[in-house]
Amino acid sequence: MASLQCDGRSVEVGPGESLLEALLRAGVPLPHSCRVGACQSCLVKATAGTPPAEAQVGLRSSLAQQGYLLACLARPTTDLEISTDAAAGLTVPARVTSVVPLSADVIRVMLAPADAFPYRAGQYLTLLREDGLARSYSIANLPGSEHLELHVRVLPGGQMSQWLASGPIGASVSLRGPNGECFYGGGEPDAPLVLAGTGTGLAPLWGILNDALLAGHLGPIHVLHGARGPGGLYLVDELTRLATANGNVAYSACVLEGASDEMTQGALDDVLLKRFPNLAEHKVFLCGDPTLVQTMKRRAFLAGARLADIRSDAFVTAPPPQPTN
Amino acid sequence: MALYDELGGAAAVDKAVDIFYRRMLGDERVARFFEGVDMDKQAAKQKAFLTMVMGGPHNYTGKDMRTAHAPLLSKGLNDTHVDVVIEHLGGVLKELGASDAQIAQVAALANSVRDDVLSRSKA
Repeated sequence: MASLQCDGRSVEVGPGESLLEALLRAGVPLPHSCRVGACQSCLVKATAGTPPAEAQVGLRSSLAQQGYLLACLARPTTDLEISTDAAAGLTVPARVTSVVPLSADVIRVMLAPADAFPYRAGQYLTLLREDGLARSYSIANLPGSEHLELHVRVLPGGQMSQWLASGPIGASVSLRGPNGECFYGGGEPDAPLVLAGTGTGLAPLWGILNDALLAGHLGPIHVLHGARGPGGLYLVDELTRLATANGNVAYSACVLEGASDEMTQGALDDVLLKRFPNLAEHKVFLCGDPTLVQTMKRRAFLAGARLADIRSDAFVTAPPPQPTN
Repeated sequence: MALYDELGGAAAVDKAVDIFYRRMLGDERVARFFEGVDMDKQAAKQKAFLTMVMGGPHNYTGKDMRTAHAPLLSKGLNDTHVDVVIEHLGGVLKELGASDAQIAQVAALANSVRDDVLSRSKA
């Protein structure tokens, strides 16, 4: 069996166990959240041995070359020595500067990073609390501001979201990232764009929309935002204003129930495909609930969108906290 | 000259994958085998396969093909589904401008992996 050394001590990796599971079982307090390689909060560095290739999927090549790997994706088959604190140098310290409600269950959290944090609107970051609790959120505002804007859905029992909703102004946090391929690529200013998402999937779409407008995008841009009911919609006035001010921008609010006159009632994927039965020339951006993103991706592809023209960001909700004995 | 180069190399294969994958998903005889798969990873695998059968640079191994399809055998994957793949492959290549002779050549190559796909020992 492969031997594993973590920060100088020996850890046994059981059969079928991921490196993250083994470390947590051994009492190593490694930050972690999604467990599927998206949030990258369980980043560790191999100081000896070769990291398994599958544990470097999605990492920036500069990090992969330095031997970083994601513990949740690693199932080591050869000897490995890892360091858990090497990744601490990759985080940027930040402070929470404001928390305001956007809807019944969504808050806008503003963060002030202490150092430069370059990103593309639509990418996501991982927010780490001082105790190591980690969650990923999309960045909704454009680069160039002193602040980063996040839209956070406040979940019942959500450890990070409940804490943020309590308004910890001034609290120290750390940021890691950015990650994600769901951003405005530019290049084809006449291409029609379709931006569809549910819930706080609007955050990256709002960033992408503003990025496209800033770049002088000429083709039509249609934003479709889905929610269970009207109370789940937010940024309605801002989106309506943008659509009024820009002839090429359209905004549709879709709800499953209780639609008013200016809303469409129905599932977002049905509304999307009914409005755009042929997506052969479109660039499509899909964000939010993972199941719906997957469905919309498949349907958009079958409606003619090229795979390379579909960018998506499926939001993974962290599993509820494990009961402690 | 390989069909791969004649049709335009990697860019042509990207286009072929889009058409091929869309046909497979739209065909009820085989669509169920693609349920729940990561579309980008699936497209990458199809690209490797199409590159191989079109005579492009590849590092195809029968082992990969066996491992990838093994879980589908319990879902009923059999020769008729391989036939569907070869049928669509021909349609895609026709759409991209390949001749009947070239299509027959590709079909023969695709046929050669049939035993790997279905986890059979070579006859």
